[in-house]
Amino acid sequence: MSPLTYIIGLPLCAAIVLLLVPRTFRPVLRGVAILATLGSALLALKMFLQFQAGGFGYQFEQQVPWVASLDLSYHVGVDGINVGLVLMGAIVAFAAACVSWEIKDREKEFYILLLVMAGGILGAFASLDLFFFYFFHELALVPTFIMIGVWGRGEQKNYATFQITIYLSLGALIALVGLIAFYVQSGAGTFDIPKLAEHLRHKPLSLGAQNFIFPLLLFGFGILVSLWPFHTWAPLGYGSAPAATAMLHAGVLKKFGLYGLIRIALPLLPDAARGWMQVLAWLCLGNLLYCGWVAMRQKDFNRLVGYSSVAHMGFVFLGIAALNLVGVTGAVLVMIAHGFLAALTFGLSGYLYQQTGTLELDRLGGLLRRLPFIGAALMMAAFAGCGLPGFANFAGEITVFFGAWQSFRLVTILACWGALIIGAVYMLRAVRAMLHGPLPEPWANVADAPHLWRKAPFIVLLVGLLVFGCFPRLLTDKIEPSVSEKVMSAIAPERSPDTSVTTELRPGAAPRGQPEPLLTSAAAKAADVQE
Amino acid sequence: MNLLLLSHELLVLGLGLGLLLVDLWLPLPAKRKLGYAAALGVGLILLYSLCCVRLSPGQSVQYAFGQMYALDSLALFFKRFFLIAALIVLLMSVEFADRIATGIGEFYALVLFALSGMLFACSANDFALLFVSLELITVTFYVLTSFQRARVASLEAGVKYLIIGALSTGFMVFGIALVYGMSHTLNFETLAGVVPQLGSNKVFLFGLVLVLVGLGFKIAAFPFQIWVPDVYQGAPAPVTAFLAVGSKAAGFALLLRVLFIAVPDVTAHWFNLLIIVSAVSILYGNLCAIPQRNLKRLLGYSSIAHAGYLLLGVAALSPAGRSAVLYYLSGYLFTVLGAFTVICLALRQVEGEDLGALAGLHRRSPLLASTMTLAMASLAGVPPLAGFFGKFLLLKAVLEQAPMHAGYYWLTLAALAGVVISFYYYFSVVRAIYWSTGATDLSPISVSWPIRVVIYGCIAGMFYLGSFPGWIVNVATEAVKVLP
Repeated sequence: MSPLTYIIGLPLCAAIVLLLVPRTFRPVLRGVAILATLGSALLALKMFLQFQAGGFGYQFEQQVPWVASLDLSYHVGVDGINVGLVLMGAIVAFAAACVSWEIKDREKEFYILLLVMAGGILGAFASLDLFFFYFFHELALVPTFIMIGVWGRGEQKNYATFQITIYLSLGALIALVGLIAFYVQSGAGTFDIPKLAEHLRHKPLSLGAQNFIFPLLLFGFGILVSLWPFHTWAPLGYGSAPAATAMLHAGVLKKFGLYGLIRIALPLLPDAARGWMQVLAWLCLGNLLYCGWVAMRQKDFNRLVGYSSVAHMGFVFLGIAALNLVGVTGAVLVMIAHGFLAALTFGLSGYLYQQTGTLELDRLGGLLRRLPFIGAALMMAAFAGCGLPGFANFAGEITVFFGAWQSFRLVTILACWGALIIGAVYMLRAVRAMLHGPLPEPWANVADAPHLWRKAPFIVLLVGLLVFGCFPRLLTDKIEPSVSEKVMSAIAPERSPDTSVTTELRPGAAPRGQPEPLLTSAAAKAADVQE
Repeated sequence: MNLLLLSHELLVLGLGLGLLLVDLWLPLPAKRKLGYAAALGVGLILLYSLCCVRLSPGQSVQYAFGQMYALDSLALFFKRFFLIAALIVLLMSVEFADRIATGIGEFYALVLFALSGMLFACSANDFALLFVSLELITVTFYVLTSFQRARVASLEAGVKYLIIGALSTGFMVFGIALVYGMSHTLNFETLAGVVPQLGSNKVFLFGLVLVLVGLGFKIAAFPFQIWVPDVYQGAPAPVTAFLAVGSKAAGFALLLRVLFIAVPDVTAHWFNLLIIVSAVSILYGNLCAIPQRNLKRLLGYSSIAHAGYLLLGVAALSPAGRSAVLYYLSGYLFTVLGAFTVICLALRQVEGEDLGALAGLHRRSPLLASTMTLAMASLAGVPPLAGFFGKFLLLKAVLEQAPMHAGYYWLTLAALAGVVISFYYYFSVVRAIYWSTGATDLSPISVSWPIRVVIYGCIAGMFYLGSFPGWIVNVATEAVKVLP
């Protein structure tokens, strides 16, 4: 059995176990959820460390036939592209289970849904079968709606629930039609992604078919990732969601659409991808500039973080649109970095909300004095959000810009200036409004995270940000050979007609993540804005 | 002629007649329990069917009554389907019995007679048997829908069903007459032989359209859905459940036989018609369900939409599409019967079945609340429940045909729009259960053990079909092999 099966199965089995636990055994409910996600995170870490960087194909594979007549099988495996995502997802799931102590009402159902969501997300990232890829995503998506509806907060909770349900279901269904159409058109008669890739390598789809399927996948997945102008569900949804749900969704589940683009749309529909990437490059400016702009005007911290997470998706889209090795590698890096960051920010905002009952920036202030740990963590999250070197986001964003520069000069310039400056402005403004200045009377009694157990989720996420920020090669060394083997070989076949040539390509084009001159200038820029 | 071929029908008829006889001597309280005997009998017949009935090896189909009646794998699939449906409906009826003032014995017997009509229908290989079996179903349902004689709504439902049903029967008989007049045969297989010569005969085609009108009424597809909301709302809950599952499935069994055995050549040209009917049913059902406040009425509109989804598989004109229809119906059986069982129990004291009456259900009975939630999720198509895999199979079948004709793309689009819309109203049922305020009655609901078994069975069915669809997909694929 592959460790991936345990990583996916632990949360799902724990959910079934919780069904049998009486609802009055509160510590047991919580304990089972935390232990299951912790086990899953540790296994993911072990797998990440054992992963052989630079190897071809997939590792830790397992395949079990499910519906033989349709060639559907449970097939899991990792390569460099998803090994980091699985690790990030498992760690965020653990953190989300830890911060859920704030839930006091119907805990049993909450933890069951949380575990199903965690198992579904990890399953979606690990699946190498189109059907299960989608199946696990739906399995994770539906609990999101219920959690927002039942345990959500704010006056617009009901509206937000319906909006996010209908919007995301629409996106998921469009993507499903794209996937089925792809299966039908390919004529391979299998849902297995490696087999499909092999089949299409010899018999690519006609350009007409590709141009028909690609937009379905692009916009279906795009809605799930809040691609501008389909992002309107995100800020309201996250603003109304309980902290753990927002952490898991914004941090991990949302990356499903991006992962789908990188794993399926780009390598299997390469000709259409080349044409559509022009469109995507301009749309991602909408994410980066427009949503960043809107974030600056927000009065509620959760809304602000929601818009900022939409804006950050723009970097990933830009990296994908660049359609070269450096850009796509950077995109995967940003996905992982943003997963940690979004989870950290939503976890912290959840803590603040639990303490103060509001997240309106005007009503908060001076909280750093009362909350040294939470405040410091929030500050670090803000720095990571505006792309300070040392955090994983910086490594990812800079790689994306390097990649994008080769493809779209003007877009990259706009994105670089707009996004980094705007991001810094709204993040630092929020930090100033919430943490500095005089402490308003009502918050004189708010309490910091009391002991290590409460601090643990935030520490774990910060460690993730810092480790991958200081040593991005831990990720890039794994991501980049796989991107070159699976994606680039299809996108640019003239340079690599078969896999043997990609081996030669690999060492040469490696992005380093920390190029010297830009590093200093970006740091200086961030410092400027701070002042 | 081998009477053993008709064993299902004869046993069910015998059981029904036996019940009517026993009913004469029993006092009223005991009559209510008679439903258990009926359910037991149906259960035994189901067991007999699963263990003892096999098609003789080497013969894919066996005939009785001079080829009027065919027993093949498709017929067997549907027979077992109807037996399971009737079993659950009978157990539900026992729970409902205290709301029926008189004649409860006849109620059970009528359910059995409707069941025997369905068993005949799925074996029909001839327009005469098709008509007779449909009438057997429809006439018993006229009585069943108006069985709560003290309730105006129930009577109204019965009258509406009678008038519109009679109208559609008229159309159908007329259509059969025209078909016979042109082709000089009622037998499906003989007809298939002469259709190529009759292909462009307008009178023949007109007759065929009228037959389809009659079948459209049974499956509640647009534009023959007028009766559905009122009848679903007014009829007693177990009857509505049987109507939604049994009657609809019987319509589909006949539709498959007529379209693909009797007139395959005509069907190949009529995919446009099927596409339009399917798309409009999906959109109409889902859009009209949005404003509904009455739970049974809402499920009525949802059943129109599901007729549309099922027609996706028929319109695909491929074996994959037909087996998807069978799979979808199996999932639909457990889902809808689960939902109606909850309605039957939870809305016992409420007159109007308003959505608001579900408030606080999760406190009154967590089991019923979660069953209803799962049923709604399965209808909406949420994994890992049966509805999700069913919709996946249907969409796959339609998209496989899309390269032949662009209309299938539009059909897919309509189906997608329908699914997204349906999330809204299925979700509002769940919302009414879990987080609406103003629950007036918080008394716990007691669930008797037979009903508990039914509910667990429905939940298990939804999960099993959705999580391990391999087996049932194989059975369905085998069953539709008899359709050329």
